[in-house]
Amino acid sequence: MKGGIVRGLQSIGDGALKIVERIGAVVLFLGQILMHSGAILRRFPLVIREMYFAGVQSLIIILVSGLFVGMVLGLQGFETLQSYGSSESVGVLVALSLMRELGPVVSALLFASRAGSAMTAEIGLMKATEQLSAMEMMAVNPLARVVAPRFWAGVLSLPLLAALFGAMGIMGGFFVTVVMLGVDSGAFWSQMQAAVDFHHDVVNGMIKSLVFGVAVSAIATYEGYEAPPTAEGVSGATTRTVVSSSLAILALDLLLTAFMMKGWN
Amino acid sequence: MNRATLNLWVGIFVLLGFAAFLMLAFKVGNLNLGGGGGTYEVIAHFDNIGQLKERAPVRSAGVLVGRVRSVSFDMKHYNAEVHMAIDAHYHFPMDSSASVLTSGILGEQYVGLDAGGDDKMLKNGDEIKLAQGAMVLERLIGQFLFNKAQDSSNEKSSTGKGAQ
Repeated sequence: MKGGIVRGLQSIGDGALKIVERIGAVVLFLGQILMHSGAILRRFPLVIREMYFAGVQSLIIILVSGLFVGMVLGLQGFETLQSYGSSESVGVLVALSLMRELGPVVSALLFASRAGSAMTAEIGLMKATEQLSAMEMMAVNPLARVVAPRFWAGVLSLPLLAALFGAMGIMGGFFVTVVMLGVDSGAFWSQMQAAVDFHHDVVNGMIKSLVFGVAVSAIATYEGYEAPPTAEGVSGATTRTVVSSSLAILALDLLLTAFMMKGWN
Repeated sequence: MNRATLNLWVGIFVLLGFAAFLMLAFKVGNLNLGGGGGTYEVIAHFDNIGQLKERAPVRSAGVLVGRVRSVSFDMKHYNAEVHMAIDAHYHFPMDSSASVLTSGILGEQYVGLDAGGDDKMLKNGDEIKLAQGAMVLERLIGQFLFNKAQDSSNEKSSTGKGAQ
């Protein structure tokens, strides 16, 4: 009985330490990527190539989800605001939710599962098939040649995707509320413009998505680079990428929101 | 996929992203470049500001002429000190009056400016002397009930006299 309690506590402690260790390892890995990023400027086409796979190929899912999220926000907001007789404010609701929270967070979650998992699988498979070791043999640093371009492509793509998500969402909200439900179009835009502040809402949203981009790309490349070189290893690493980057996005979102709210008062 | 098509697609992606950002900045947000033109600050003391907050609008005749810059408690007069940034191309006479008003019944609160008749105009750092605070609903209801009670007691005493 006593031994059971002790063992239970030990396993909790072990789990907690492992989590902290992994966070530390990702941060150290991020430092290494940054140290090997100098070569990127000389070979920028590598980043463009990866931006195609991370950014352009995520466009469809981001644009369509943005449209749907905006439409749902419009419908829900209209339902609720109508009972207070202020259905014109639905534009404010859609725009503020998208700019401050949903745009950066949902696009980062989609990006983690669409592009982050692909990054992990690709790097993990390169490691499993010993392509990374082959590069090292040829005195090519795989961190500079394989990892850094993918990392920077992710960091550059996500804010652009988040902006597109927000813009599509607002168009979706506009379509549902103004075109279908008959909210006045002038009131929709003017109330939105009066409520949305460029610095506090738009820029802060972009800062959020930049931070999420760094987190998702660092986790995805780390998991791929450290994946056990087996089929199970790569599949496990892909799953871990999606799970831990989603958790990281939501935790960072809470932190960033708390800091940004503090700045408002 | 050859390099040229790849570059083309990434180029389109980056341009779309920037276009979306610009739409968010100008169409959704309220960023206006160069149109700032500077502001000047005026101060007003209110006995009660209600729910007035920083960045609340300052309106005159319903038109947005500035924004509330800061709200603080004045320890000398024990009332609220409100700093307002008024757009530089709007000028108001020295004897203008300010009042805290509410848009609609449940709407946000704003500062309303009513122009006076003085020749001298308000400058940066001037104080608006005529300032009327926010209406507090509880006090209003209290006053109403008090008046009502007084009225009915007057009526009673007068009818009582009539019966005698």
